[in-house]
Amino acid sequence: MLRLEKRPVPSRFWTIMTPVVAVVATMVAGGLLFAFLGKDPVAAIRTIFWDPIFSEFAWYYRAQLLVKAAPLILIALGLSLGFRAGIWNIGAEGQYIVGAITGAAVGLAFYPLDAWYIFPLMILAGALGGWAWAMIPALLKIRFGTNEILVSLMLVYVAEQLLAKMSLGLLKNPDGHGFPGSRNFQEYPSAHNVELIEGTGMHGGVLAGFIAVIAAYVLLNRHILGYQIRLTGQSARAARFAGVRPKLLVAFCLGTSGALAGLAGLFEVAGPAGQITIDFNVGYGFTAIIVAFLGRLHPVGILLAGLLMALTYVGGEIAQANLRLPAAAIQAFQGMLLFFLLGFDVLANYRIRPIKREVA
Amino acid sequence: MTSLLTIEGLTKAYPGVVANDDVTFAIAPGEVHALLGENGAGKSTLVKMIYGLVRPDAGQMTLHRQPFSPSKPSEARARGVAMVFQHFSLFEALSVAENVALGMEDPPPQRQLARRIRDVSEAYGLPLDPDRLVGDLSAGERQRVEIIRCLLQDPKLLIMDEPTSVLTPQEVEVLFKTLRTLAAEGTAILYISHKLDEIRTLCDGATVLRLGRVVGSCNPREKSASELAEMMVGSALKPPARDGAEPGEIVLDVTGLSVKSANPFGTSLKNIHFTVRAGEVLGIGGVAGNGQDELLAALSGEARAVPEAVKFQGRPVGHLGPNERRVLGILSAPEERLGHAAAPDMSLTENALLTGAIREGLTRGGFLRWDAAEDFARRIVKEFDVRTPGVSNVARALSGGNLQKFVIGREVLQRPDVLVVNQPTWGVDASAAAAIRQALLDLAARGTAVICISQDLDELMEISDRFAALNGGRLTARRPAKGLTVEEIGMMMGGAHDMEPPAQTAPEVRHVEA
Repeated sequence: MLRLEKRPVPSRFWTIMTPVVAVVATMVAGGLLFAFLGKDPVAAIRTIFWDPIFSEFAWYYRAQLLVKAAPLILIALGLSLGFRAGIWNIGAEGQYIVGAITGAAVGLAFYPLDAWYIFPLMILAGALGGWAWAMIPALLKIRFGTNEILVSLMLVYVAEQLLAKMSLGLLKNPDGHGFPGSRNFQEYPSAHNVELIEGTGMHGGVLAGFIAVIAAYVLLNRHILGYQIRLTGQSARAARFAGVRPKLLVAFCLGTSGALAGLAGLFEVAGPAGQITIDFNVGYGFTAIIVAFLGRLHPVGILLAGLLMALTYVGGEIAQANLRLPAAAIQAFQGMLLFFLLGFDVLANYRIRPIKREVA
Repeated sequence: MTSLLTIEGLTKAYPGVVANDDVTFAIAPGEVHALLGENGAGKSTLVKMIYGLVRPDAGQMTLHRQPFSPSKPSEARARGVAMVFQHFSLFEALSVAENVALGMEDPPPQRQLARRIRDVSEAYGLPLDPDRLVGDLSAGERQRVEIIRCLLQDPKLLIMDEPTSVLTPQEVEVLFKTLRTLAAEGTAILYISHKLDEIRTLCDGATVLRLGRVVGSCNPREKSASELAEMMVGSALKPPARDGAEPGEIVLDVTGLSVKSANPFGTSLKNIHFTVRAGEVLGIGGVAGNGQDELLAALSGEARAVPEAVKFQGRPVGHLGPNERRVLGILSAPEERLGHAAAPDMSLTENALLTGAIREGLTRGGFLRWDAAEDFARRIVKEFDVRTPGVSNVARALSGGNLQKFVIGREVLQRPDVLVVNQPTWGVDASAAAAIRQALLDLAARGTAVICISQDLDELMEISDRFAALNGGRLTARRPAKGLTVEEIGMMMGGAHDMEPPAQTAPEVRHVEA
């Protein structure tokens, strides 16, 4: 028999190794899944993990990798701040949508004016939109003690309704022959989130993501606010004793994660997506939760985890196209990653010991 | 008389420490036997082996001349060994009878059980109403629940681990009467304590442990308290020294302080008045759960009150938070070391930041000065003799005494004008406790007003200039500590409460009072 024994100090080795082991286990279990679906598991795994980086079309996929990773990293960084303090924003998807809507609305309001300040204003509006949407669960929690998990999650569905309403109504392209969806920002240079270096996928959001990684690192390791966040996560009582104001922290963590999610939405709508449409959101806000944990809530870890998760997205699309794997199988594959990660996470704090019969 | 339990050569080693080394002694039926020793002497390990919680590495035990090696507590209970732990395992939201039933292998129906609880409680003079919620009981009454739970099994050997640490002197008297009745009926009692006077009044025999070994056995009635202390510690301890400086100006003035407890089973503070002068030590006694945590929170700023309720050097501060009070010079050290005074998984450096950030200037423009924080942590470790491999070690890796020295040192080194401590030496070995008390006295000698909340009366008498007691969230008037008798202290602690028969302590009475 085996039993779990709490480690006196969390294992550094396993803290770093858990994500690696989880990825390997996901490959094995995913391979089995693909084999049951009648596909060659080795080919499928290679398609997902290898082809996007090293195949002959990799020049295209590599750009895609950054494009997909940027919103994941931006959102996950924001979420990780709250998660560290035990504040659970599950509604980043909604904040992402609202940020895209408000940012796009500002850009569209200036159409067809050509001016340098339009895109910066859109960035500001996107961040503010996401921030405001996240402040709804924050204020309700502060004022009435509601559960931020439920409220933020439910607000995702409200945001989706809002998105549909906007793409069919207020923001609909007047020259769009009645089709739903806004004007395309790719045809409006002053509001377009362009690639900074041609062909690399390196757009404003990617840059913002890298800046956010550094900012989050500095915040958590060098600033009193980051210290208070970590302290609150460890022990709310000790944090209050240290003078942390729990309500302000709730507002800060939810607000910041909302703003970052809103930024991600804005960069997406003004760049890769190009326009507000009914099906604009593709679940980055939820996947970012996986990314945050896969990255151990650590800024650098989240950077790597975001890239890895983007890889499964891009690779998954290739596998769907080339191997005819169903989309649901790819989603199950991504879900396994979180499952194994949380499972193996136990090893960081516990060790497995055989139960030995003690001699009397 | 033949012995009931004999222990021969019991040895138990943990990685890095031998908890029990070749321990041998015997208990006769009807004997009250003391197990005496400092924290860490190996008392707990020894009784855990008798109770089947820990398996010995070597040695054997016999009970009723039969080999006895319980592998789990239920085996020990089946052989007639029962134990009352220092920390109770009771559910506050359940009634007394329900709690007792939970601890039984095969509980009878509730009504029958309630009757048996009443019978036993009357027979042994332990008033207890089986229908009351445990959450409404005082610590002394909770202990009775545990004792009655044991007595229902009709034990041959009853182990009691530090039973009086939560009792008022009067409650101790009731307990001792019960234990003597039990002993007269032939039940052997293994009584663990480090309180020498108790042992001298209660026990027939004593085994003294030091560093896991038996260093002596005696009849405690024939020894003086200081002789016993020397056996226990190995050398004579010198009591903390203090100079009798005159107290200065009133620094902290508390008037009409009422704070509702954040915890549904907590005790709200009701109309508390006191003043403390510079250089004075105010000792606040009381049985656990009478508002100690709440008083600390109200003084540290974790719980807010109306501004005028707490005045610091004449300035209203009742509404200020912990950091605002730290700026002024009001510092505190709560009872719970891990999770309140310190964050368990953070390093000592990070824990030095926890309260030291402001007064020690450990941040600049909101950014942390890690080198300064590390220096501060090192200074605490050095000046307060905290045994740790380094300041990057996490708090929960430290022993209780070392962490407590760190926590107290962290506040003392910040040169407070007012220092509030709650249970400063709880679970700390004698030498660390002496060091902490000395540090508090030195601080007072330098002009700090010290408020020491504690359940250890000896400690309070040792360091206090004046003494007051908390009882049900109220504070008694302060009296000079010098010359107070145990009876007077007991009365101040509300010694008379909970001593009436159960019918008169029905929950309604308390609600009316509240």
